[in-house]
Amino acid sequence: MLITINGQGMEVALDPRTSLLDLLREHLELHGTKKGCDQGACGACTVLADGERILSCLALAVQYEGRSISTVEGLADDGRLHPLQQAFIDHDGFQCGYCTPGQICSAIGMAAEIGRGVPSAVTADLAATTIPPTRDELRERMSGNLCRCGAHNGIIDAITEIYSAEAAE
Amino acid sequence: MTTIRDAAQKLMQTAIGLAPERWLPGGTPDPLIGRHGAIGSSVPRIDGPRKVKGEARFAAEVPAGNMVYAALVYSTIARGRIATLDTDATQAVPGVVLVMTYRNAPRMAPPALFMSDPRAAGASSLPVMQDDTIHWNGEPIAVILAETQEQADHAATLVRVTYTKETASTSFDAATAQAHRPDSVLGEPAVIEIGNAEAALAEAAHQIDRTYHTPRHSHAAIEPHAATVWWEADGRLVVHDATQMLNGTRWTLAGIFGLKEEQIRILSPFVGGGFGGKTLWNHQILAIAASRLSGRPVRVSLSREGVFRVSGGRTTTRQRVALGARADGTLSALIHTGIAAMTAYNNCPEQFSFPARHLYAADSFKLEQKVADLDMVANTFMRAPGESIGTFALESAIDELADSMGLDPIELRRRIEPVKDPTSGHAFSARHLLDAYARGAERFGWSARNPTPRARREGEWLIGMGVATATYPYYRMPGGAARITLTREGQARVAMASHEMGMGTATVQVQAAADRLGLPIAHVTFAYGDTALPPGTIAGGSSQTASIAAAVTAASEKLVPALLKLVGNDSPLAGLRAGDVEARDGGLGHRSLPERFESYASILSRANRDEISAEAEAPMPLEVQKYAMHSYGAQFCEVRVNAVTGETRISRFLGSFDAGRVLNPRTAASQFRGGIIMGLGLALTEETLFDARTGRIMNPSLADYHVPVHLDVPQIDVIWTDSPDPHAPLGAHGIGEIGITGVGAAVANAVYNATGRRIRDLPITLDKLL
Repeated sequence: MLITINGQGMEVALDPRTSLLDLLREHLELHGTKKGCDQGACGACTVLADGERILSCLALAVQYEGRSISTVEGLADDGRLHPLQQAFIDHDGFQCGYCTPGQICSAIGMAAEIGRGVPSAVTADLAATTIPPTRDELRERMSGNLCRCGAHNGIIDAITEIYSAEAAE
Repeated sequence: MTTIRDAAQKLMQTAIGLAPERWLPGGTPDPLIGRHGAIGSSVPRIDGPRKVKGEARFAAEVPAGNMVYAALVYSTIARGRIATLDTDATQAVPGVVLVMTYRNAPRMAPPALFMSDPRAAGASSLPVMQDDTIHWNGEPIAVILAETQEQADHAATLVRVTYTKETASTSFDAATAQAHRPDSVLGEPAVIEIGNAEAALAEAAHQIDRTYHTPRHSHAAIEPHAATVWWEADGRLVVHDATQMLNGTRWTLAGIFGLKEEQIRILSPFVGGGFGGKTLWNHQILAIAASRLSGRPVRVSLSREGVFRVSGGRTTTRQRVALGARADGTLSALIHTGIAAMTAYNNCPEQFSFPARHLYAADSFKLEQKVADLDMVANTFMRAPGESIGTFALESAIDELADSMGLDPIELRRRIEPVKDPTSGHAFSARHLLDAYARGAERFGWSARNPTPRARREGEWLIGMGVATATYPYYRMPGGAARITLTREGQARVAMASHEMGMGTATVQVQAAADRLGLPIAHVTFAYGDTALPPGTIAGGSSQTASIAAAVTAASEKLVPALLKLVGNDSPLAGLRAGDVEARDGGLGHRSLPERFESYASILSRANRDEISAEAEAPMPLEVQKYAMHSYGAQFCEVRVNAVTGETRISRFLGSFDAGRVLNPRTAASQFRGGIIMGLGLALTEETLFDARTGRIMNPSLADYHVPVHLDVPQIDVIWTDSPDPHAPLGAHGIGEIGITGVGAAVANAVYNATGRRIRDLPITLDKLL
């Protein structure tokens, strides 16, 4: 089947049981996307499918034939870190680094959801067309990405720096 | 267990026999204390770019040619024997390369149990897959190797097994009837009695006598345990592991497989969270055995369920704390006793009585730990084993006493602050707990707290504040060595087989070595995570920072005289001895004559040398024999408890720490916060559910084992006294574990202040507040 990974089209032949996560990690040597639970509970495997965040462990690779997948390896632009990657460093938004790629991909997808006006469980006004990216909004929307080292404050600080500034523009 | 005590005593006797050294009475404190340089600055993590780009390669990501994948099958009974075992269907699955069971597993010696020898790393001393006996519910009974993970996982489901069950001990309540005293608790006596505490309690004007329960906990590191292993053609073994015990794992594997240590190389440059759980369990041993049988490199990456089945967590405890006080609050009796569940094959008795040995003054003490033997996966060390849950009981009881006496809980702690260690009698090396309380109280706004429970309400929400003491010992582990290599370009490479699980080891040790050698941090690298390097110590007991710093100091003290030997008569350093010079500005200089200086580059270049290297072992940690050395903190918590649903939310949290000199405020703040957040999980949500009928863990997943998520974690404020400990290298204490201690009690005390309900049974779930 044909699939586009980080802008590069590739032809892969797969056992149909293979998850998108295992396609990335075991077949394409793209280990940046992490396996934390393989059952959709931790968020470490989050990637972007046509810009939307998904859990690649719960996605069969064959379902994504013809789709465009972005992983953490595709975020840096010609060696220059994506602003959110730099913000994670600046705010110490990680310790061991294992949940980090998932947190970063998830945050990018989440920001797009806020931009589209998709409400969350803590959005006060469900009819609002613009949703301010408050700390509570960010914390609620990032709660599917577990971190065990306890870098939560730094992660939300990093996301706030990048996307609250963007929202203010 | 006797061997553990003997080993600990032997270690100490050997230590005392050595000459006194720098950190002892009469010795000179580390000259880097008080000097401002790279140490103390907020250097960003050196491995940051690799981690945010997904380039950091973890154990399950190391490529190996011709590799096969492992899947494990776990027993479903707690004790008994395998009656029938049918693997025909498994063998027939396309892609299956090997099915290993007790029938064909190679003969392996049992793992040497952690602390049975200073080099041992085994989490349990049980033999691994050597016969048909089952020892816990979840024990691996088969290993399947296949060309793909999908094939291996499918084939594992086809193993058919029946058992002959035997009566198992799976009920903690029942097992406590036969609880017994272990020979030692981490080398310390299991019981300490000073005076007659029970009699003093009975006569005390004010008494508190309570029982507290704490459940099992799981480390739940986001990276599942994993290893990629292979045998080289010449019989050498390579293990890419996720471990916090590199050298211990190597020594222990050598014993299991009958190898020499030099024949084994363990690599672990990145570990996706450890917290005490990433040690030597069955999965690495089985993967190595299966690799030997199949002749293929093997990757074992435990499923999340597998992590719960194969590796143990923090055990459950029942603790009694009784306090007898006079009218002024001073204690006539302090009793802290209890029982922890353990197996007969491990030695982690969860040292919950340790805080009470060192925290408060009292006329009499009764401190005792027992263990109850269960048939379960070996419990193990998890972030502040003992202190995390011991402080829950002790600091809850202190709060109960203060409340019953109408005293402010901080004021009560002022009145029972000891002048020396209350049980050992040693002088405190550095103790600024009351200072931490004073700073914390001011910043948190403690004076605004209403001491009357259930007095503050906003709509449905009851609001309360609580406080508790944090405490964790200073440890420095013996046996580590560091190598420093200086190059003609004025670069230094420091090497030691240490561990980086996110604590900031690599970053902070570059800072420390830079100051030690008088170099900018950009000229220093720190190599770690590989047993090919000089031996490191464990990443445990919050000991690595001091252990590495002591070894690097020793290496630098060997390097300086070696450099002085190289200088010729033309050098400004000619004729100087090591004691005359200090490292500064990229070279060596006379301590008081600025013009007598020569750079490393110049020294090496003049001597026509490309580089010079020195390796030395850290001296024994004698300082802990002479002083009571601990870190402290004051944990302040504000909670909102919903009066209708019983839901508890943490609205504010402040940790005010006294933990020696802080080496890197950025990474230190993350360590403190990380500990506190794991403490919030301990307080409110975390419990490994254990079926007392079957011994089966019932929630082996991250969906059912509830760690704090983003919405559970408020902005956490952390401050510190930054007071150096004059008897520690760099004046620093390890800080990986202090953060979790006291948090459970701070939350419980705040919940009491908010609701008037005293919860003595963790976690504080909403059903307990209805």
